[in-house]
Amino acid sequence: MKHVLSVLVENKPGVLSRVTGLISRRGFNIESLSVGPTEDATMSRVTAIVNADEVAYEQITKQLHKLISIHKITDLTDEGAIERELVLYKVNASAERRNEIIEIANIFRAKIVDVGRNSLTIEATGDGEKLKGLEDLFRAYGIKEIVRTGKIAMSRNSKE
Amino acid sequence: MKQTEEKTKSGSGQGAKREAKRKVTSSRTAASVGAPRGLGSRTDKQGRQMRGAEAVVASLEAEGVDTVFGYPGGQAIKIYDALYDSEMITHVLARHEQGAVHMADGYARATGRPGVAIVTSGPGATNTVTGIATAYMDSIPLVVITGQVPRAIIGTDSFQESDIVGITMPVVKHSYLLQSTDELTSTFREAFHIAATGRPGPVLIDIPSDLAGSPMVFEYPDEVNIPSYKPTYRGNAKQIRAACRLIETAERPLLYVGGGVVSSEASAELERLVDMMGIPAVVTLMGKGALPASHPLNLGAVGMHGAKYSNLAMTETDLLIAVGARFSDRVTGRLSEFAPAAQVIHIDIDPAEIGKIREAQVPIVGDVKGVLEGLVEQLEKDGATSRTEAWLQRIAAWRARYPFYHPNVGDDDEQIVPELVMRELSSQLDPERSIVTTEVGQHQMWAHQFIDRERPRTFLSSGGLGTMGFGFPAAIGAAIAKPASQVVCIAGDGSFQMNSQEMATAAINEVPVKVLVMDNRALGMVHQWQKLFYGERYSQTLLEPVPDLPKLAAAYGWEGERIEKPSEVAAAIARMLASEKPYLLDVAISAEQNVYPMVAPGAALDDVMGAIDVAVGAVRTEVPEGAVAGTGRAQKATARSACAQIDAQFGGRWESDPADKGQRLDAATVQERFADEEGGAA
Repeated sequence: MKHVLSVLVENKPGVLSRVTGLISRRGFNIESLSVGPTEDATMSRVTAIVNADEVAYEQITKQLHKLISIHKITDLTDEGAIERELVLYKVNASAERRNEIIEIANIFRAKIVDVGRNSLTIEATGDGEKLKGLEDLFRAYGIKEIVRTGKIAMSRNSKE
Repeated sequence: MKQTEEKTKSGSGQGAKREAKRKVTSSRTAASVGAPRGLGSRTDKQGRQMRGAEAVVASLEAEGVDTVFGYPGGQAIKIYDALYDSEMITHVLARHEQGAVHMADGYARATGRPGVAIVTSGPGATNTVTGIATAYMDSIPLVVITGQVPRAIIGTDSFQESDIVGITMPVVKHSYLLQSTDELTSTFREAFHIAATGRPGPVLIDIPSDLAGSPMVFEYPDEVNIPSYKPTYRGNAKQIRAACRLIETAERPLLYVGGGVVSSEASAELERLVDMMGIPAVVTLMGKGALPASHPLNLGAVGMHGAKYSNLAMTETDLLIAVGARFSDRVTGRLSEFAPAAQVIHIDIDPAEIGKIREAQVPIVGDVKGVLEGLVEQLEKDGATSRTEAWLQRIAAWRARYPFYHPNVGDDDEQIVPELVMRELSSQLDPERSIVTTEVGQHQMWAHQFIDRERPRTFLSSGGLGTMGFGFPAAIGAAIAKPASQVVCIAGDGSFQMNSQEMATAAINEVPVKVLVMDNRALGMVHQWQKLFYGERYSQTLLEPVPDLPKLAAAYGWEGERIEKPSEVAAAIARMLASEKPYLLDVAISAEQNVYPMVAPGAALDDVMGAIDVAVGAVRTEVPEGAVAGTGRAQKATARSACAQIDAQFGGRWESDPADKGQRLDAATVQERFADEEGGAA
């Protein structure tokens, strides 16, 4: 089962490798990872998605808690949290098909950020399903390259 | 503030209240366990202007460090220069950085205080990795200080540069790469606090040499504030009550005692629980000494080479109380058949250990000492009484039937039987004022089985990582920490040769350690597995020619001798212990000797090979025929063709006493059988 882990860590060199090293050392693959500063300059937020069953997941979080550099771990898996990811698609686009692609992008509220002679670069944000849908549509034209930021997640206000 | 408070209290004459308060404050907390053992901020160096290197030494002094182990080098030279002036700290120069870390580890195990090692960058730092990993696996508090190249050239592949923080990340509790002299003192305070509190472990501080040379003002803090590190010391009261309910109703309870009891200094509390409720205890390699060997309810070694009665108790218990133990595979055997009838109470300060291997019905996260105290208190309040008489009788019957040792096994005039050597050493050692360390292998298991220990911190062995080369330097560290104790390292010829260079350290520092080498000219444990499970294909386990070890020792200025006959054992051990110098006793044993009893890797815990069975004439039972050693008679039986032996191993392994198996979980049948045999044996 997929788990979305939101981890608040010390904003210091080497901390990311402590976190990722521990997860991989215990035999788990990180499916998605994003890191960035938070409202507190001394802290960073790591959002990681790992695939693990309940027992293994419990062990990972307990081991993570033992790292001195980790302040807080929140499991956002079952909370219906807000999840977002930003993706850049570079799609094959000959002059005659360009409009079709732009139309698709508009429907998904994606932005055209670069236009080449034979390709379009589209920026899209959203949750996993939306991005997957967009990717499937673009695939028909031929995708040259995809770059993703990795998922970020935040709990909803209703919980407060 | 505190003082005035106490004053008013004593003034008001409420003695009982004060007593109660003292009781609460006497229990361990992270703050009390992690506090500086030296003067802290009250050191007279406080507020002085100094260089970073001097501040390193001043920090160690503030922490009350009296001994450091190490090896200098280019990037540590400034720290060594500052150390030259220290009147408080003795530096012990090892002959290899690995030796230095094991010495610090031995010091820590013997005292409970963090051991400190100082090494240089690059190879000096990488040589510490095995030592750090050893300490990490056994939860030993260490502070390892490594020199690093100057900050400006970190990352340029400069001379003797290694990313030691990166390399050791999986095997440290925490590590620091010092970035500024402003952080120096707080880093040391934190490092010592983290190493010693919670589940102890090694902490590494990497110090770029430019910082060691930078001027700074020395301000040592007494307290730490690490919001993300708050180990739980106090056990949850509700969980303690739940545990008591299980203990009060259990018919076959069993304590499973691990190294956590030693590190939490909970021996007295454990013994109270054992005595009060009549609960027998099995002890892991790391827990050895936590309960006196002479205690009648101490069943001793458990697991792969544990006593058959311990393993049977583990299999049949209905309530397993794991105390500071982590269900290592060397203890549990096949998990699906491990303690199948038992509910589990698991007491550990590390929440990650609970439920990792075996689900616990009552998990208690907390300091073992306080939790055991709480259990006893609650049981007293409940008026609980022991109801284990039948269970103890059953165990006593097993103990009588499957003894660890029987004269039949040691009955040999031609060759020295290892079990006898261990028994002899154990009987000659002062039980109160001696420390035994071991290397790793067959001799380690024999020591675990036969060396009796009455006190915690007197049996030091690499349990988790199984580091050959640990025991000898650890013995030097322990001997330096406890000069009044006799320190003996039990070694094998393989392990000893891994760090034998430290004989120089012992000689030069006049540390009178004794090394007893069980010399079979082989890597005995692997040899044993090859014999039992790999068709006697002895791939790379025969060490001949082994150097003349007493001569090697003599070259370092040691005393020593070699013995080859059983009749020489007692006197030779006496001579060794009487010597005031470092001493090596080389005991010739046969590589054909196996450690028994043994639970094959992956087998169920009660699937025991080679236990002595008094009921069938006090011989080892369920031993693969042809692989028998340990008796003169059996030794001759091994002179069969290799093919016949392999046949015997894999075909006839279980053909022995047919009455002795099958009823694993059927308690009624087991009881019935013992009732019969007790009558018969008497």
